[in-house]
Amino acid sequence: MAQTMRVGATQLARPNEAAAKHWRLRRQIPLYVMLIPGAIILALFHYYPMYGITIAFQDYTPVKGFFGSPWVGLKQFERILANPDIALIVRNTLSMAIGKIVIHQLVSVTFALLLNEIRIAWYKRTVQTLSYVLHFLSWMILGGILLDLLSLGGLVNSLLAGLGLQKVPFLMQPGLFQPIAILSQAWKEFGWGAIIYLAALTSIDPGLYEAAAVDGAGRWRRMVHVTLPGIAPTIILLACLNLGQVLNAGMEQVLVLYNPRTYVTADILDTWVYRAGLLQAQYSLATAVGLLKSTVGLGLVALSYWLADRLAGYRVF
Amino acid sequence: MIEERSWKSVVFDTLNYVLLGSLALLCVLPLIHTAAVSLSGRAASEAGLVALWPEQFTLMNYHQVMMNLQFRRALLVSLLRLGVGVPLNLLLISLVAYPLSLNERFAGKNGFKWVLLFGMFFSGGLIPLYLTMRSLHLLDTLWALVLPSALPIFSVIVLLNFFRGLPPELAESASIDGASHWQILSRIYLPLSLPALATLTLFSAVGHWNAWFDGLVFMLKPSNYPLQSYLQISVILMNQMGLESADPDLLQVISGRSLRAAQIIFAALPILCLYPLLQRYFIKGLTLGSVKG
Repeated sequence: MAQTMRVGATQLARPNEAAAKHWRLRRQIPLYVMLIPGAIILALFHYYPMYGITIAFQDYTPVKGFFGSPWVGLKQFERILANPDIALIVRNTLSMAIGKIVIHQLVSVTFALLLNEIRIAWYKRTVQTLSYVLHFLSWMILGGILLDLLSLGGLVNSLLAGLGLQKVPFLMQPGLFQPIAILSQAWKEFGWGAIIYLAALTSIDPGLYEAAAVDGAGRWRRMVHVTLPGIAPTIILLACLNLGQVLNAGMEQVLVLYNPRTYVTADILDTWVYRAGLLQAQYSLATAVGLLKSTVGLGLVALSYWLADRLAGYRVF
Repeated sequence: MIEERSWKSVVFDTLNYVLLGSLALLCVLPLIHTAAVSLSGRAASEAGLVALWPEQFTLMNYHQVMMNLQFRRALLVSLLRLGVGVPLNLLLISLVAYPLSLNERFAGKNGFKWVLLFGMFFSGGLIPLYLTMRSLHLLDTLWALVLPSALPIFSVIVLLNFFRGLPPELAESASIDGASHWQILSRIYLPLSLPALATLTLFSAVGHWNAWFDGLVFMLKPSNYPLQSYLQISVILMNQMGLESADPDLLQVISGRSLRAAQIIFAALPILCLYPLLQRYFIKGLTLGSVKG
C-alpha cells in the first residue's frame, strides 16, 4: 500500500520536475553567454599561445608556421645545455631575485616595526604616505630618473665630487648592477610591502604590551618579544609566497637599467628570451628557454602555495 | 600604557624620527629633483647645478615636449588605450566574475574556474604570444595593447570574492520576483559593488598607463608606441647613448637632460595627481580579495 502510494507520488511529480529542470536550464543560458567573451580572450591569448609552445620542439620558421615547421625533438634543449650563457643567466636570475626578495622583505618589516614606534600621528601618516608613492610609477619612469641620478653628470656624482671623492659611472660597472637593482627594487616597493605588516600590527592585543611593560620589559624587548611574534605569521606567509617568484628577477627593471657593458651580471632569463627571440628571431630556442622557465616557475608557485597553506593557513580560493 | 622617559628611550625616538623621515624623503626627493631639472635652463642643467629647486626657471622644456609630434602621437595612443582598455577590462571582469560567484551549480562552472586559475599561473611565454599576435594580424594595432590583457584574472578573483560577500538573499528574492541573471547583475550586483569597481577601474587604468613592454613587443613601428614605450627611445636610449632627440639648433637653447626630465615628469603626472585616490582604493584592493567563500 505504502509502496503504491510512493510510486504514484513520483509519477505525479515527474512532469513538474522536468518542467522545473527545463526552466532552470533556460534561466542558466545567460550565465553561459556571460562567460563567452572571457572564454574567447582566454582561448586566443592564454591557451592558443600555450599550444605555440610546440615550436620549442621544432625548427620554427615564420613561413611554415606552428603546424608546418619540422619537428626536431629535444634539439633546442640540447642547445640550451651546451650554451655557456644560459648557466650565467640562470645564476644572475637567481641571485638577483633572491637578493630582491630578502632585502625587500627585510626593509619592509623593519620599516613597519619602526613606524609602529612613532607616536605623533601626523608624522606617521606623512611618512607612510610618502613611502609608497613610487609603487605606482612604472620602471620606465623610475629607470629614467635613476639613469640620470647615477650618470657621471648626475646628482649622486655631483655629491661625491662635492665631498672630494672620485666619480663613479655606476650603471656602467658590472659589479654594481645587481646591488643597484636589488636596492632600487626595495626603494620602489618597501612602503607598499610594509602595508600588510602594519595591518597585522593593528591586530596585536594591546594587553600584551601592558603585561610586558608591567613585567619590566623596555621598548626594545617589547618590540622583539611582542610585536615581532605578532607579525611572524604574516612574515612566514609572504616568505612562502615569494618562493614562487625566484625565477622572476624583474624584467622591466633590468630592461631599462642594463646595457651591453653590464649584460654579464644583468642579463636574466626574461631579458635573454626577449633579445634572442624577438630581436634575433631565434624563435624556437627562446621558446624552449621560456618553456623551461614557466614549467619550473609553475612548480615553484604550486610549492609556495602548498607551503603557505601548511605553514600559514592561506588559501586563494 | 606606561610611558618611559629614560634617556635610552629619548635617543631611540630621536634616531627613529630622523631615520624614517629620511627614508620618506629618499622616496620623494628624486622626483622633486627631476621636476626641478625639467624646469631649469640649459646652462644650469648641463652644469649639474640643479638640486631641488629650478635654476634659470623656464617652461621651454615642456613647450618643446608638447611641440614634438612623436610625443603627441604617443600620448594619443596611450589615451586611446585607456579609453578602450579600461571599459573592456571592467566589462569582462564583471561578466566572468558573476556566474562564477553564484552558489548555483551549472555544468562547466568548476571546469571554467580551473581553466582560469591555470591561465593565471602558466603561460606560453613571450615568443608564442608574439607569434599568435602576428598570426592574428594584431601587430601594430591598438588591439594588441588591450586584448591580451583584457581579462585580468587576479581582478576577476577580487570581484568574485566581493560578489560572494553580498547577501545571497538579494539575488534569491529578485529571482523569485522573476528577475533574470542579466537584471540581477546589472541592477543589484554592480550597483552594490561600486567600491570594488572603483578599485578595479584604478587598477586597470594605472596598469594601462604604466604598461610599456607590450608596446615595445607588439608595435613594430615606433610611431605606434604608447607614451611609456616611447620613453624607451626618447629617455632611456638617449641617456645611454649620450645622444639627444632634439635637433642641434634647439640644443643651443635647452638641455637634453631637461628635456628628458620633462618627459618623465609628464608621464608621472597623471599618477601623482590621482595619488590620493590610488592610496585609498588600492589599499582597499589589498584586502578586498581576501574574503573567503
